[in-house]
Order: sequence, then structure tokens, then C-alpha cells
Amino acid sequence: MRQVKTSWKHIRRNPYQALAAICIMLLTFLAISVFAFIVFGSSVVIKYFESKPQVTAFFKDEAQQSDIDTLKNTLEQTGKISHIRFISKQEALQIYKAQNKNDPLLLDLVTADILPASLEISTGNIDDLGTASDTLKNSPIVSEVVYQKDVVSTLTQWTNAARIIGIILIVVLALVSIFIMMTVIGFKVSQKRDEIEIMRLLSATNWYIRWPFVLEGVFYGVVGTFFGWLIASAGLFYATPYLQSFLKGIPLLPVSPIFLLELLAGELLIAVILGVLASSLAVLRYLK
Amino acid sequence: MIKLQNVSKKFGAGDVALEDISFTIESGEFVFVVGPSGSGKTTLFRLLIREMKPTIGEIHVGEWDIANLPTQRIPYLRKKIGVVFQDLKLLRDRTIFENVLFPLEVADMEENAARQRVEEILEQVGIAQHRDKFPIQLSGGELQRAAIARALAFSPEILLADEPTGNLDNATSWEIVKLLQDINHAGTTILMATHNTDIVNSLLKRVLTIEKGKLVKDEVKEKKERSKKEEK
Repeated sequence: MRQVKTSWKHIRRNPYQALAAICIMLLTFLAISVFAFIVFGSSVVIKYFESKPQVTAFFKDEAQQSDIDTLKNTLEQTGKISHIRFISKQEALQIYKAQNKNDPLLLDLVTADILPASLEISTGNIDDLGTASDTLKNSPIVSEVVYQKDVVSTLTQWTNAARIIGIILIVVLALVSIFIMMTVIGFKVSQKRDEIEIMRLLSATNWYIRWPFVLEGVFYGVVGTFFGWLIASAGLFYATPYLQSFLKGIPLLPVSPIFLLELLAGELLIAVILGVLASSLAVLRYLK
Repeated sequence: MIKLQNVSKKFGAGDVALEDISFTIESGEFVFVVGPSGSGKTTLFRLLIREMKPTIGEIHVGEWDIANLPTQRIPYLRKKIGVVFQDLKLLRDRTIFENVLFPLEVADMEENAARQRVEEILEQVGIAQHRDKFPIQLSGGELQRAAIARALAFSPEILLADEPTGNLDNATSWEIVKLLQDINHAGTTILMATHNTDIVNSLLKRVLTIEKGKLVKDEVKEKKERSKKEEK
């Protein structure tokens, strides 16, 4: 308790240094939070695309139901299909109506006749999509095959790139945070060099001297993290309506509060580690 | 109680601070350590509280082997040995009460007990009325008393006083010496480094004389005076 009081006194007496340390931690954890949202969000988006029919075959208008059933059976017999669904012209119209219910102009112009019947196919393994797609392309009753492997792989590439950039950014920011906290705390340690020397001569253990500085580092970390997380979360909530209309149909938003709290807990843990590390390094030089 | 055997201390540049010092001090003794500035008196005290290690030789304080004491045991040693530093080392931004309380805080003593103890010591050294003043508001003699009070916080077995009368007038010097004598009578072993020949010659105590790092004289004045009288 005494160490907590001492630590608080150190912080109070140098508010601008404290502010600098908190700001840099805030920046680091704002970046970590935003990065976590991107990683989490993109993984949900990829999962969504992977779980959706990945090959859609649109049939020619003259295609007979018996031919379609034969084709469906042929595909099912390969054993590589996880999901297959036939969508008739009528069903296609229902889907179209549902998707454009807010736009009567679009609804007026479309009838079941102009929409093609289709087969939606998912495979257990993304690599099997090619085979399924080839089978469909070779069928005379199929007019067009929409193959979503490209969408998923492009998305995966983007996500991986974002992940690498994010990790680099966070490592750099974390290092900068450690250096700035080391400087701030190191400055305070050197200001108190006389007091530390007297403490040691008066039987203080190294840990007694170290604790207030370590607690100070933890304080900067925890406060900076909390506000970084708060700003990122507030930004996410603010952007949720826009993102929801952009990511129509993907079950991502609104983000669960449990996920946000878990993120906060994880970040606080990292902040405590960074704080302890930075302050221990700063004090180390004086307590050899 | 305190035993030095062939202790030498050399510094990095090859300067010899102490050379082949050996002596034993029994529990409850009052010993003056005299010698010119730079003779090694302060180095001797610094060795005794393990602020530094001897280059060679053995130092024993009670059951402690000082030269080989593990670092983590040093705080325990320093509770047994109170030190009045030459430059006092009082914290300027703390009151006298807080300065005396400081070592007890460091030792994590329960707050009420620690405050009680500080009140007692301030009373003992005669500066209770200055408890809430800052060091800058006190006279030289009062500051010495404050430093002594802090050194007494743990009721140490040994008290090292490094030039406690250094910058004081004669009357105040005597007050400080009397205070140290009282502490000695209560059972604390006292080593006092001083230049003040008046005090050393007036009190019939043991005197260790150090010159250029060597122990040149170890005399017990009381015995010397007694033998002089016997001769007459």
C-alpha cells in the first residue's frame, strides 16, 4: 500500500511526463485494438464466404429438370460436395425480391422468367472447387459458372497483408512505448538518485526501491490501454451502422461486448507486461 | 563484536584507502576513530556497513562475515548498524518526523508502531519540538540530532557517527557527544570519527588513530591515565 502511495506521488508530481507515457501507450493500444477488429472481422468474413455456396451454376432456360437432377446426382456422387442446393426460377425471384425490398422500381421490372435457375455448391475442401466447377462448365445445360474461389483467395491475401502490416506496426509501437516509458521512468529514477542511495544505506531492499517505479509503469500501461481500447470500441460502435450496410448479410456486426471485454483483458495483460518490462529496465541501471 | 583482520581497501586507480588494518571492538565500547581528512575513517565505516567490500582481509560484525555477506542480507546488517553520515543524508523534502520515520517505512514496520517509535526517539535526542520542520529550518546541532535520531530508529547494536561534530561550535559539539554517551550507556557500541582533539582528549575512551590508511595507534586512554596516576 505504501508503495502504491509513493508511486501515485511520483505520477502526480510530474503530470506532463505521465501524460506523455500514457499517450504513447494509448496510441499503441489503439493500434492493437483496431488491428484486432480487422483480424477478427476479416476472419469472420472469410469464414462467411467459405461457408457460402462457392460455385454457382446458372442453367440455360431450356434446361430440363431431369437433366438438372442428373447433374446434381453426378456431383453428389463425387463425395466432395458438402452442400448442394437447387434454386428454381421462382425461388430466385423470391431471393431477388427479398434483397431489393426497399427498391420497388427494381422489383417492377423483374419476373421469374428472366431469372435463371441455379445450383449452389459448397465443397468441404476449397481445392475441390476446381473439379466441381469443371464438371459444371462441361455440362451443356449450364450457361454460366460463378466461381468464388478467387474472392476468397483475394480476401485471404488482403487479410494476410493486413496482418503482417499490423504486426509490424504494433511491434514498432510497442518498442517505442517501452523506450518512452523507460525514458520517463529513468528520468524519475535519476531525479531520485539521492533518495535511492539513502534508501539503500537505510536497509531498503532493491524491491522496496523498485516497486513504486514498477507500479508507475503498470499505471501508465493500464490507463493508456483502457483509453486506447475505449476510443477504438467507441469508433467501432459509431461505424457499425455504415459497416453493417457495407457487409450486408455477413453475421459480424454488432460486435459482441464479450469479445470487446476479452480484448480489453488481453490488452491489459500485455500493458502490464510492457509496463513492468520498461520500468524494470529503467531501474536496473541504478540498482546493480 | 566488531573484528577486522588485515583489512585493506584499494580503489580502482590504485589508491590505497586502508592498509592492513586489524582491531577488535567489544560490545558496549565507545571508540573514537581519529586521523586527518582522507586518512580512511569514512572508508572504514563504509566497509562496516558493506557499502563496499574490502580488497583483502576479514570483517566480522557480531555473527556476520561482512566481506562474504550475500547482497540480499545487507539490509538486515544495516538494521543492526545505525549510521550518522558525515553529510547527514537527510531528505530535504521531508519533515524531521518523516526523515526519522523513513527507515522504519523502508523496513515495512506497522504504521502506528513506527510513529510511536519515532516520537520516542525524537524525545530521546531532544528535538521533539522540531518534528514538523524541514531540515532547512534547523540549526547544525539540531540536524545532527535528527541524523542521530534516524540512526537510532532500529535500536541498533552499533552506531557509527562520522564527524558528528564537524561543523558545530564547541558547546553544541559537547551536547552531541553527551547524547552519544547516553546512547552508549544504554548499551549501544559507538564508533565516532572525529577531528576534535578537545573532545578526544577530555573523554577517557579508546582511540584508534588512522593515518594514510594505516592504523598507527590503538590506545585506551582510561588505562593510560590510570597507569600515569599509578606511576605518580
